[in-house]
Amino acid sequence: MLEVRGINVYYGAIHAVKDVSIEVNEGEIVTLIGANGAGKSTILQTISGLLRPRTGGITFMGENIGVVAPYKIVERGLAQVPEGRRVFLRMTVTENLEMGAYTQKSGGIADDMERAFTLFPRLKERRRQVAGTLSGGEQQMLAMGRALMSRPKLLMLDEPSMGLAPILVEQIFSTIVEMNRDGTTILLVEQNAQMALSVASRAYVLETGRIAMQGDAHELAGNEEVKKAYLGG
Amino acid sequence: MVYGIAKMLNFAHGDVIMVGAYACFFVVTRYELPAVLGVLIAMAVCTLLGVFIERLAYKPLRSAPSLAVLITAIGISYFLQNAAQLLWTSNPKVFRSVVGDASLKLFGGRLSVSVSALVTVAVCIIIMIGLTWFTGKTKMGKAMRACSEDKGAAQLMGINVNATISMTFAIGSALAAIAGVLLCSAYPTLMPTTGSMPGIKAFTAAVFGGIGSIPGAMLGGILLGIIEIFGKAYISTQLSDAIVFVVLIVVLLVKPAGLLGKHVQEKV
Ligand SMILES: Nc1ncnc2c1ncn2[C@@H]1O[C@H](COP(=O)(O)OP(=O)(O)OP(=O)(O)O)[C@@H](O)[C@H]1O
Ligand SMILES: [Mg+2]
Repeated sequence: MLEVRGINVYYGAIHAVKDVSIEVNEGEIVTLIGANGAGKSTILQTISGLLRPRTGGITFMGENIGVVAPYKIVERGLAQVPEGRRVFLRMTVTENLEMGAYTQKSGGIADDMERAFTLFPRLKERRRQVAGTLSGGEQQMLAMGRALMSRPKLLMLDEPSMGLAPILVEQIFSTIVEMNRDGTTILLVEQNAQMALSVASRAYVLETGRIAMQGDAHELAGNEEVKKAYLGG
Repeated sequence: MVYGIAKMLNFAHGDVIMVGAYACFFVVTRYELPAVLGVLIAMAVCTLLGVFIERLAYKPLRSAPSLAVLITAIGISYFLQNAAQLLWTSNPKVFRSVVGDASLKLFGGRLSVSVSALVTVAVCIIIMIGLTWFTGKTKMGKAMRACSEDKGAAQLMGINVNATISMTFAIGSALAAIAGVLLCSAYPTLMPTTGSMPGIKAFTAAVFGGIGSIPGAMLGGILLGIIEIFGKAYISTQLSDAIVFVVLIVVLLVKPAGLLGKHVQEKV
């Protein structure tokens, strides 16, 4: 479904992503783990078209999206929940969800919004509230609900557990699994490697811009090196 | 509005106002066509001009430092003034008001209000309501607000940010045409520099009221006008412009977000 082939991404002279290849098949949950500054967010931004690779290619549903404008990539069914949520703080919950549905015909929006509210009942209670007044956890739910409004075939999430209490992290992850069961393919970027490996089928480990390891999520969770580096011994 | 969404100060706005006034001048005063046509043509001309300026000068600078954009805008402003001088000379033109120059006599003639002033107020209120409705209720308007908050996130929603910003300029410029026509209906001397002072004052009003806020701009404009008139009447005619800018500086020092401005923390 998504194929990233040997991309190199630079910030000026900084070589942030080195020769990275990633593949995501339909129906999977794939996770990309790595320490701070490894280049995870850079990779997701490049897939969404906000950054361009200097070399290498990106194919989504058999089409080269390496040169497609970011808004058209969303139209093709590839959405992202960015790092730090980035909900529109001065807009209400409903308006945020409407923005998520920007690429959709107005006919189905009400149903999709109902679906988002079923997934996140908290949002429904607060639908007239301005997003800036939501708690961190509620903002994360809103960011996920908003991304779902574009009916993505592939949803990329950048550190959805960041800054959340353990119980909320559980909830967010079970929602990710639920979204996947409903037919959305997932590419999950995480620092919480333990949680990520427990829900994913395959994983990539990124170290300073390079893929250091990849394979079956269960096997990687049992790998000594991974345990030492990412699972606290 | 343009500042709120594109995060740039369009210093050339006043000169777009001037071009709009000239367009209307030629249609109505020179060729004696109906005033409505003059306004519509002025709006069309300004919309095209605004979009053209945006494409040519500002769009390539979308990711440049804001100072570069500001300097470009000042450059455009001078360019428009000089182009107008070349095309239409610096001789003042006498603009025929599009609403007539009648006055309304109230209280047995003790108070006289010009019709053009009344029309100006009415049009401003209509535009304010219209813009508030547009940005609050339409898909395009909401997308503009989304772009103003976070361009990157807006792109991730599938919003064509470039097109949305161009649209903002188009609307802003069309409204500049109306401003130009109303301005010259009230003060009928039209010169290439006609727009520059009102442009700066309009900007001052917007900052004063809270930049990016539409009712704020209106409130700022009214207060600024009152300050200017009282400054003229009680302090000094020559210093009235200076007084206006002193007020601006004080407001910026005391309440940087403006009177109605919401202070939203910059997130990293
Ligand atoms: N806008 C930028 N300009 C210059 N360098 C950048 C920029 N953004 C990121 N970098 C650098 O690129 C590298 C990768 O950053 P990136 O944000 O992709 O890491 P990450 O894996 O997402 O980290 P984290 O887990 O902290 O979010 C880092 O060394 C970072 O300093
Ligand atoms: Mg990151």
